[in-house]
Amino acid sequence: MNGIDLTIIWAAIIAFAVVVYVIMDGFDLGIGILFPNFKVGPDRDTAMNSIAPVWDGNETWLVLGGGGLLAAFPLAYAIILPALYAPLIAMLLGLVLRGVAFEFRWRDPSHRARWDFAFTAGSVIATFAQGVTLGALLQGITVEGRAYAGGWWEWLTPFSILTGFALLAGYALLGCCWLIWKTEGALQRQCYSYAGRLGILLLLAIIAVSAATPFLEEEYYTRWLAYPGVLATAQIPLATLVVSVLYFRSLSKKQEAAPFFYALGLFGLSLIGLGVSMWPDVIPGRITIWEAAAPYESQLFMLIGAAIMVPVILAYTGWAYWVFRGKVGSDGYH
Amino acid sequence: MMDNELAINLARIQFAFTVSFHFLFPAFTIGIASYLAVLEGLWLKTDKGVYANLYRYWLKIFAIVFAMGVVSGIVMSYQFGTNWSVFSDKAGPIIGPLMAYEVLTAFFLEAGFLGVMLFGINKVGRKLHFVATLAVAIGTFISAFWILSVNSWMQTPVGYAINDVGQFVPAAGWWDIVWNPSFPYRLVHTVLAAYLTTAFAVGAVGAWHLLKDKTNPGARKMFSMAMWMAALVAPTQIFMGDLHGLNTLEHQPAKVMAMEGHYESHPDGAPLILFGIPNSAEKRVDYAIQIPKASSLILKHDMNAPLAGLDTIPDEDEPPVGIVFWAFRIMVGLGFAMLGIGLWSLLARARKKLYDWTWLHRAALVMGPSGFIAVLAGWVTTEVGRQPFTIYGLLRTSESAAPLDAPAVASSLLAFVVVYFIVFGAGIIYIFKLAAKTPEAHEPAPDDAPIRSAGITPAAAVLEGDQKEGAAS
Repeated sequence: MNGIDLTIIWAAIIAFAVVVYVIMDGFDLGIGILFPNFKVGPDRDTAMNSIAPVWDGNETWLVLGGGGLLAAFPLAYAIILPALYAPLIAMLLGLVLRGVAFEFRWRDPSHRARWDFAFTAGSVIATFAQGVTLGALLQGITVEGRAYAGGWWEWLTPFSILTGFALLAGYALLGCCWLIWKTEGALQRQCYSYAGRLGILLLLAIIAVSAATPFLEEEYYTRWLAYPGVLATAQIPLATLVVSVLYFRSLSKKQEAAPFFYALGLFGLSLIGLGVSMWPDVIPGRITIWEAAAPYESQLFMLIGAAIMVPVILAYTGWAYWVFRGKVGSDGYH
Repeated sequence: MMDNELAINLARIQFAFTVSFHFLFPAFTIGIASYLAVLEGLWLKTDKGVYANLYRYWLKIFAIVFAMGVVSGIVMSYQFGTNWSVFSDKAGPIIGPLMAYEVLTAFFLEAGFLGVMLFGINKVGRKLHFVATLAVAIGTFISAFWILSVNSWMQTPVGYAINDVGQFVPAAGWWDIVWNPSFPYRLVHTVLAAYLTTAFAVGAVGAWHLLKDKTNPGARKMFSMAMWMAALVAPTQIFMGDLHGLNTLEHQPAKVMAMEGHYESHPDGAPLILFGIPNSAEKRVDYAIQIPKASSLILKHDMNAPLAGLDTIPDEDEPPVGIVFWAFRIMVGLGFAMLGIGLWSLLARARKKLYDWTWLHRAALVMGPSGFIAVLAGWVTTEVGRQPFTIYGLLRTSESAAPLDAPAVASSLLAFVVVYFIVFGAGIIYIFKLAAKTPEAHEPAPDDAPIRSAGITPAAAVLEGDQKEGAAS
């Protein structure tokens, strides 16, 4: 094949987009999940202000993930989206509710409570749906020929519900740690008090999902547990253990930025685990990345754009975060 | 299969519903983003407060419109897969990269700089803030460029081959695919439409405040700027629309036949049917009011040129004539009404009565929504006119849909309708509330600290709420 295998590069780019999405939109969805627990007034305003200037850019990575999948792996896009119809539509509607809440709550003080509720409901629905989507993908999709062949409830299993809850715990943890980093005073103390419990909850969720995964497909079992591969894959739970210890230690030392980055570390390790289970399939057990790939000309054309634009995007996104660095208050950044 | 047909029709309704809502917002954001860039540029250059005030005034409205455009746009980007998966599989290798370019070059640019534009004025300084505004405005253009390239390729597909699994794959260079035959016309026509939409929305807000107070400087400035746009862009748009029509006649003749209501061929000059009721069962236009030979004159620039009708194409390839015929007339009618307002404003300006002729202000107020209606009507004309195909002449809509059960599509459609009406209904109410406020009243100078959500601090928002209640009681 034309020298370099663009399909692998594109799989890496889409995986990168998903990872960046989870890292970046994760914490702002998490703030939506935790929102009802914050006191009405300055605390809620502060939490909202900490993400208002950046959430829009964060969410764009989701569009790149979806758009990239269509462009580089059209067959996978055409099978996965109908298969996960209900959770994806729920996710989209959740994102609609939540996205407008950022603007509407300021515009309409007399109905602010309603838009706060919409913000939380949208964040919870979108997060849960994303977790269900990951779980449903992992547990396998019925495919015949070049199309999805299951019913519209196939995604709904105890495992996908479990992954849905796991992601809720995970995003809530990210949101909590973000606020520890970006705020001070009562709100920060409140988040410190949540961070320990959310950490334990996420670890339990990771353990449950990890324990269930090898039994979903024989393939997963061998990938994870067959000797000698197990020597490599065992490093992932070990690293998870180390990062968890560091996370809880940083909390007890009342460090401000570190818990957020350790929490991201836990997410990164979970995503690596997902990669171990799936690679090199795009639809586990059914379709590999090469079977789903778009033609070389399509992949090459896009790669030129991605190679130029992704670094530029990262640069100005970084700049935007830099502009809004430091602690945030209820009346904006000072 | 009945169920299958029902599912496809529900998917069509869902697509039409979600895209109609969505399309209104970008049509408005393209225009307001440019308007804001002009206002901030003028403010930087002249340091006149009126520009800064208008910038702040429209920034708040822009923030709401933009948010609604973003969230409805995310829905669109996934809907190709959820409801039209066979289309996505087949066309993905060509339309996918174009849409990926839209994300890479436009969405990130808009989203990345939006935060600075809305919240960053006292963090980055005036000049850098202007750069952020420009970046957002340019982003809206780039976005229009790619999405119209995709749409145009589906209307006038070129540069493709079909591979052994039935996918459309790039065969010629990408330059040919991006610059497919109808793209330049469609791009210019749509961007001008976005400008007109904004001009008439801004003009109506200005007119409303002029009717209340002729001396308000903000109202005068926005009305004057909007009327300049109307006077300059409306005639340009009519000219472009004509060129676009000729291009469509060349590449999608059936669409033009439906627009014109030509069921039958006219060997020696076709009449222009002004009004009438298309009757697809009988293949004629009932109660037609027509000008002899005028259709040939417009489309071929020759009164006696022959013009083919729908009788020359197979029944199963015929677009729904009634919808296309009427949508086209609504669009053209509004276009000429816009031209009328533009000329009227020139006359008023020449007589130095731009701010005094209340009938002009009333007319401009009535014409406020005209751009949105014309945009939707134009969209219906072009999209329904290409039916029954998704990729013109090559892939039928009925062969593009996802293998879904009708109840799944029906319940998602219902969910979309409910959520959209609540969310976008509320958004439109907020836009009206913002537009009803007199321009200069509470616009703090942009260097006032601290600045929150599009220029309103939480404290100021509460205060504002109080004042509104106070004013109402």
